[in-house]
Amino acid sequence: MSLPKPDELLVGVNLHKTPSKTWMDIKAELRKGMYCGIVDPKTLEELDLNTMGSWQPSDEKWPLPENWKEIVKEEIRKRLEKHRSFKLFMDICVRCGACADKCHYFLGTGDPKNMPVLRAELIRSIIKGEFSTFGKLFGRLAGARKLTEDVIKEWFYYFYQCSECRRCSVFCPYGIDTAEITIMMREILLQLGIGTDWALKPVHNSYYIGNHVGVPPQSFKENLEFLVWEFEDITGIHIDLDKYLNRKGAEILYVPMSGDYFADPGIYTMLGILVLFHYLDLDVTMSVWAAEGGNFGYFNSLEMAKRLHSKIYEEAKRLKVKWILAGECGHMWRVWNQYHNTWFGPFDYLEVPKSPITGTVFEQAKENKIVHICEFTADLIAHNKLRLDPSRNDHLIVTFHDSCNPARAAGLFEEPRFILKHVCNNFVEMPENTIREKTFCCGSGAGLNAGENMELRMRGGFPRANAVEYVHKKYGVNQVIMICAIDRAVFPTLLQYWVPGVDTGGLHELVANALIFEGEKSRTEDLRRRPLKHPVKGREEPTEESTEEEG
Amino acid sequence: MNALISFIIFGILVAIPWFGVGVLGLQSLFGIVIPYICFLVFMIGLIYRIVYWAKSPVSYKIPTTCGQHKNLASPWFKHNRLENPFTTFDVILRMFLEVVFFRSLFRNLRADLYGKRLIYGSAKWLWLGAILFHWSFFIILLRHVRLFTNPVPGIIEKLDYLDSFIQSLGVPPIYITDILILAGLTFLLLRRFIDSKVSYLSYGSDFFPLFLLIGIGVTGVLMRYYFKVDLYAVKQLTLGLATLHPTIPEGAKIGTIFYIHLFLVSSLAAYFPFSKLVHMVGVFFSVTRNMPNNNRYKRHINPWEYPIKHLSYYEFQERFKDKMIEAGIPIDEEAKPEEHKWYTMYGPNKNI
Repeated sequence: MSLPKPDELLVGVNLHKTPSKTWMDIKAELRKGMYCGIVDPKTLEELDLNTMGSWQPSDEKWPLPENWKEIVKEEIRKRLEKHRSFKLFMDICVRCGACADKCHYFLGTGDPKNMPVLRAELIRSIIKGEFSTFGKLFGRLAGARKLTEDVIKEWFYYFYQCSECRRCSVFCPYGIDTAEITIMMREILLQLGIGTDWALKPVHNSYYIGNHVGVPPQSFKENLEFLVWEFEDITGIHIDLDKYLNRKGAEILYVPMSGDYFADPGIYTMLGILVLFHYLDLDVTMSVWAAEGGNFGYFNSLEMAKRLHSKIYEEAKRLKVKWILAGECGHMWRVWNQYHNTWFGPFDYLEVPKSPITGTVFEQAKENKIVHICEFTADLIAHNKLRLDPSRNDHLIVTFHDSCNPARAAGLFEEPRFILKHVCNNFVEMPENTIREKTFCCGSGAGLNAGENMELRMRGGFPRANAVEYVHKKYGVNQVIMICAIDRAVFPTLLQYWVPGVDTGGLHELVANALIFEGEKSRTEDLRRRPLKHPVKGREEPTEESTEEEG
Repeated sequence: MNALISFIIFGILVAIPWFGVGVLGLQSLFGIVIPYICFLVFMIGLIYRIVYWAKSPVSYKIPTTCGQHKNLASPWFKHNRLENPFTTFDVILRMFLEVVFFRSLFRNLRADLYGKRLIYGSAKWLWLGAILFHWSFFIILLRHVRLFTNPVPGIIEKLDYLDSFIQSLGVPPIYITDILILAGLTFLLLRRFIDSKVSYLSYGSDFFPLFLLIGIGVTGVLMRYYFKVDLYAVKQLTLGLATLHPTIPEGAKIGTIFYIHLFLVSSLAAYFPFSKLVHMVGVFFSVTRNMPNNNRYKRHINPWEYPIKHLSYYEFQERFKDKMIEAGIPIDEEAKPEEHKWYTMYGPNKNI
């Protein structure tokens, strides 16, 4: 399989042309480059999940268990009974088509089954055909069909072409949320033993080692050491790591994302956060066990999501912290913001979060006691607690990518922009219909950021990249800022493909690069050693001439 | 094909009362029995549907947020209460705009791909068509109250007057909503044929209600402006229905067209609870719209939440102890193994 060139990828895509056959007559053809392989049985067993043995989606006959039909029907019924969301969404769609061209996978593939409405019909039609008298009576006329093995293949193919970004749900007049449907459908597939290697290996790692990438505690520390050495080399400021690791009695527990201590460019975000902590001399620590704020469990089942994140609160208890601070991550913040309190509350062993620097009480987290780092930093800046020199980021022309879930499952729009405007001078927005609640997914979210499905990723990420290209050409944007670890991991590939010449980075990397430390040395490079536009003059001896004024 | 079959079914529905009343003279069946049965089906069906939805709990608080959240710590970030409700009152406002003005639909965009560029344009036609149809339908329903009440409430008479302020020569005043509803419905129907995507995803069951509604509208209009039914007799019948003393007015010439109209309305009512038309009630249940985004502030309780299996810090530390000591990471000597009862919905250990 080779990925076509950017100029060729979209040649066959026509958003206004549909196949001559009705979609029910089109069998899903599993194309290489569009899906991920199946996980090995051992991983499934160790996660207490069913397995179908060793097999791959490309196999002609899938080794479904003998009673697969009963299992699927029972699992559907169970989810209809447990989730009003799912039950309702199966009933009230009028197929108005408002969602049709809102999905980035549809825009990048032109495949009608990637229209959110048809993605949902893939299951809706089965519910009608298997459970409803009306559906059985009128069949296709009422949009009903029977459950077959081909349907299972189709489900696997298309529910792993949804990144649970919720963009369709913004436009739906009834708020039907395909993310919710995809969650249910992946759960049902998982019960059969169908789960992808890419989405489940990280779960296994997180469950047994503490983080998705399987970095053991000593390597976690080594990676951080490397970062602070680099920082010391660049700025002359020494950060003592010990207080940040597994320390009992700290006021705050910070939960990082493994993507941020594993690979470039996420590591600079991690560094940025450590630098901020050091600057503030914050009484904060990280657990080497709950060292994963992200949650790949969520991409497999809600139960698995809960199984992975319970350690955050176990660790908060063990380390006797007062409240918890969350890093920059997308689906993570959805899980924290919308599920944690229901799963793990009430939290009498924690206290209502209060910034030790400004005294601000984060009343919105009164019960759950978790604060997003953007809320925390915005409050610091608003209280003038950070000495920032935004001109230190003058070598960058940045735009901000709203990550799907901080946008559509939280509403975290202004805080990151407020921070950005204080730490850099050149910030431009992408076109209006591609930002904020209408933001486009990176194309690789929800466990789809593998290498084997690269074509899907490049297609799904096309609408996002296209908007970046627009500001790149118009304003010379050379850096996209985002508050999601998956974004930071996948944007470099995406932009390399569609818009070469634009870098990827996290918000707190820019914060750290703009921070003015007492005793810092002169430097000509930023935190990832790119040349600065205005070299920083060391502050060993305070001078009159000043560049630290805030924007 | 889907549309054709739906149209044929619709045609049959028109033919039944035409034959039943026009030829067989079964006025009582089509004027009394069927309307009552269908109305009952509508009521019971709708209640059944609501109970059916309500029986499933709201598992999680998962609103879709389309605006800035309420940051109580930094209140100068302007909270968008309509798009990201925090209180119940905010939710009511959001739902009001959603139900009355179709706010989400108003956001609609159209995406076009030109070579390697995506362009988004405004696309309010669907919103307009939907608003025209739904509002006209609602006003027409209200206008019909005059057929079921005696004396007619003043407000209904006023509405009637307002709706027909365009006076024309010779013919009865034309209702604006009659024109608008047919315009709206025609648009919604044409869209299903012309827009390739919508056409592709339309079932017969998407065309059928449109045919029914257009049929109802057209027969209604015909009755008023063309076939001129005996209104006095019609009111006798409808008032009888409403007061549970149904009679077919003797000797009156109500006209078959009326029975066709009534039969189509009855069909719509009976079909309603079992079709996508339940979106009318369903929208109020939509969990991505009817909940505040405040789960950190106020805990949502899921009635079936259960303790899960997870690894403990102790087990983790036991595994990595040596490495941690070597790396200088603090060891917790107090960490203890822990046991707790757990449940799972998955795999070989499935116990719920």
